[in-house]
Amino acid sequence: MKIVVRIFVLLITLAGGIYLGKVFFGRGSTIPAPVPTYFNAAGAAGDSSAIGAGVVTGQTYNIKPGQSIQDAVGKAKPGDLIRIFPGVYHETIYIDKDNISIQGVIEEGEWPVLDGEKKLNDAVLYSGNGVLVENLKIMNYKGNGIMGQAGNNYIIRNNWIVGSGVYGIFPQFGKNGLVERNILTGIEDAAIYIGMCDNIDVRFNEVYGNVAGIEIENSRHALVEYNYAHDNTGGILAFLTPGLPIKTCADVIIRNNFVYHNNTKNFGAVGSTVSHIPKGTGVLVMAADDVTIENNIITGNSNSGITITDYAFAGINHANDPESEPNPDRLTLLDNFMDNNGTDPIDEVKALKKATFSKPGLDIIAAGGGTGNCIINPDRYITIGLNKYANCSAHDTHLVKSYMLDKPVLPRNTTSIEKGKMTYYGVCSGCHAYNTRLIGPPVSVIQAMYKGNAKGIVDFITKPVHKRDDYPEMPPQNYLSEETRQAVAEYILTVQK
Amino acid sequence: MKKFIFIAFILVLTAGGWRYYTGETKTKVVTLCNTCPPGFERTDDNRCRFRSLYQMYETKDGNNPGVGGLKTALPAVRDGFTPQQIDLGRYLFFDPALSADGTISCASCHQPDKGFSDGLPTSVGIKHTSLKRAAPSLWNVAFNKRFFWDARASTLEEQMTGPLYSPEEMGTTPEQLHNTLNNLPAYRDLFRQAFPQKNNDRIELSEVYTCIAAFEATLISLNSRYDQYAHGYAEALTKNEIEGLNIFRSFVARCTECHTPPLFTNQQVAVIGLAEPDHTFDVGAAKTFHDPTLKGAFKVPSLRNAALTAPYTHSGRFEKLEDMIAFYTKGRGHEVPPTEKLRIHWHIWEPHLRHDEIDRLADFIHTLTDESFKPQTPEWLPSGIKMETKQPGNSLSLNQP
Repeated sequence: MKIVVRIFVLLITLAGGIYLGKVFFGRGSTIPAPVPTYFNAAGAAGDSSAIGAGVVTGQTYNIKPGQSIQDAVGKAKPGDLIRIFPGVYHETIYIDKDNISIQGVIEEGEWPVLDGEKKLNDAVLYSGNGVLVENLKIMNYKGNGIMGQAGNNYIIRNNWIVGSGVYGIFPQFGKNGLVERNILTGIEDAAIYIGMCDNIDVRFNEVYGNVAGIEIENSRHALVEYNYAHDNTGGILAFLTPGLPIKTCADVIIRNNFVYHNNTKNFGAVGSTVSHIPKGTGVLVMAADDVTIENNIITGNSNSGITITDYAFAGINHANDPESEPNPDRLTLLDNFMDNNGTDPIDEVKALKKATFSKPGLDIIAAGGGTGNCIINPDRYITIGLNKYANCSAHDTHLVKSYMLDKPVLPRNTTSIEKGKMTYYGVCSGCHAYNTRLIGPPVSVIQAMYKGNAKGIVDFITKPVHKRDDYPEMPPQNYLSEETRQAVAEYILTVQK
Repeated sequence: MKKFIFIAFILVLTAGGWRYYTGETKTKVVTLCNTCPPGFERTDDNRCRFRSLYQMYETKDGNNPGVGGLKTALPAVRDGFTPQQIDLGRYLFFDPALSADGTISCASCHQPDKGFSDGLPTSVGIKHTSLKRAAPSLWNVAFNKRFFWDARASTLEEQMTGPLYSPEEMGTTPEQLHNTLNNLPAYRDLFRQAFPQKNNDRIELSEVYTCIAAFEATLISLNSRYDQYAHGYAEALTKNEIEGLNIFRSFVARCTECHTPPLFTNQQVAVIGLAEPDHTFDVGAAKTFHDPTLKGAFKVPSLRNAALTAPYTHSGRFEKLEDMIAFYTKGRGHEVPPTEKLRIHWHIWEPHLRHDEIDRLADFIHTLTDESFKPQTPEWLPSGIKMETKQPGNSLSLNQP
């Protein structure tokens, strides 16, 4: 009897829950704005000094099939949210402003799909700070799925990228970013490519059927954890590539990942770095420094579980870079679960194995130079080239919870006077000097005309009227923001030399 | 004997210079400019400090300056020269007295009206000597970390000793240059103005280098329509130009990977696999770094004002921007002679750009044109050599007495 009552109460509660859930989350209800996780209170809404990605403080644009996402981006202001409803969209979205959130809305399993039809280059390009891109299905683009150039404080999550070009998710030159819970397949270079970035977490992603699963290249402070990298040519990579403007790749933690059966034939483009990766590569460290590999499950990778190499052995035929140090140094190999790796190695590795009389299989191979490297419990694995590896003093990395910053990268706090000065010297001085006539009248003359009247200057430079026959007409300066025009007008009135 | 001829030549030349000075401009007294050129603020210590809207993007803890996206800070700049040094550098830059026979100035190959290049496939040096490489533009050299196509110099001062003392370019020697300038009273006076702390009357070569570097470092071009777009004014570019920008930064064309904003160069050397017009292969940076893997590597040039600096590449291979862009879509290594094994850059691939995409890229590159801070060409030269300003093109010639 008691059990029946209990089941009844449970059912009632469940039904109520479903009803309430429908009320709150059902069709037509307000879909919650993205959650800007992992930033502390300093980045929360209301603190305008530095806003983290996904903080929505402004308007929401709802985009349905047939409407243009880019039009909404064009109208959006920092802090706005653009929601994309299920359906198919054929466009390239470019975001050259700060704090814009792009959020796909998934309804009953239906995704918003960006389809490049193998005609369009990239699905999403951004250069702004604080950009969030989530819940999009991206397919058939020729270049990148999502590419960032120099945007800081970004979040790229819950995207599903299929057969879309050279890189799936490629933030470049960005500091403080999160790439999380994305699924990527069919990418002919790296599915997730962190290039020349700092302070990045790459977590909970699934990458399969790509040439490279996750690649950390010339970046610092990257945490790669809880990812599932399987059936790629190479699973997880940390590279220092020569010839790039950033010359180090250091402090990378690869932990708690499942790196399984990365035995797919290499289909990378001729000449690309990843085209040299042998199939069957689990984890590959090339020339990167201070890499820690910990607590991963690395199984079934037919060439080797972990490969550690300098440029020379990797067979990368890029031109050398005198500023780029080619050896992997200070690697820390902590405990990993490794099994059934190296069952069908490439010829170079076979030759090495023969020379060292090692038994079949290969978990770890270290080739080429490098100093200060260490491993704990080396006897657990089948290895080549670890003779010089010391015993690690470190045992785990549990103190590192995240490599993202506690608060978003702050933009420079430019005072109005500074802004006025930068604009006056950086722009106006091409035509105006203090006391001499250049193309336009001297600043001293302007000061006499607009004494105490900065607004008069703002109005004039916004929409100049031709006043003096002895000078050419001034082009409008309306490309400067209103705030900048005000700042420079005020500054002009204070110039003394 | 050779030495005698050389000394005699110097004497004749300096005497000639003296004659110009005393004969024609005897009463000329020039006071060097005491204000900074456009783009610079004169600070209380009489130094010209660089100012730009890009300084808004400097962050202490942000990403690396110099390479990135639209709102990225610039790399370190050469500034802090005095207005007088900059102005004297301007005179020196345009003065053919700096060459062995008084025929060639810096401005002969770096002409202000041709994007500070010369419009030639490869430049022409002293006595009409045909040179091996094209004259690079000088716009924004204040930010460069390396100079010359093969990256063999690391400062402006080091760079200029190349053309000055190359027998094929300006053909002078440190001794001759030193004598020439010290024998011109107008220059002695100007150097005293530019270096007021000097306690003697002799012009030092280091001062010459400082002044020319000071002038070159003021050639700033950061106010193009592209920059207006980058600073947040979306209407600055047309639809076609924005399309060009998006192709430019896409991973199909990959232009930004090496021509990285804000300077539109990542300042690296790269092997792109160009053939030479005369079939003698130019090893480029392999010689600089003594590294055969860099065979055929050249410095990535900035694309700012590129629309003004045709023809393109280190050997002036392409007349039009469109032809230059088309090179990148004709296949990896398609020009490499079969006898050469080159390590071509990984970003050189086969992007299969359509004709309209090539046109859009050219449209976009045109938006990088900005000459609003172009300096004035001096009307008079301290050596007394006449500036000929009316003639289009190469505007300098020696006024025969």
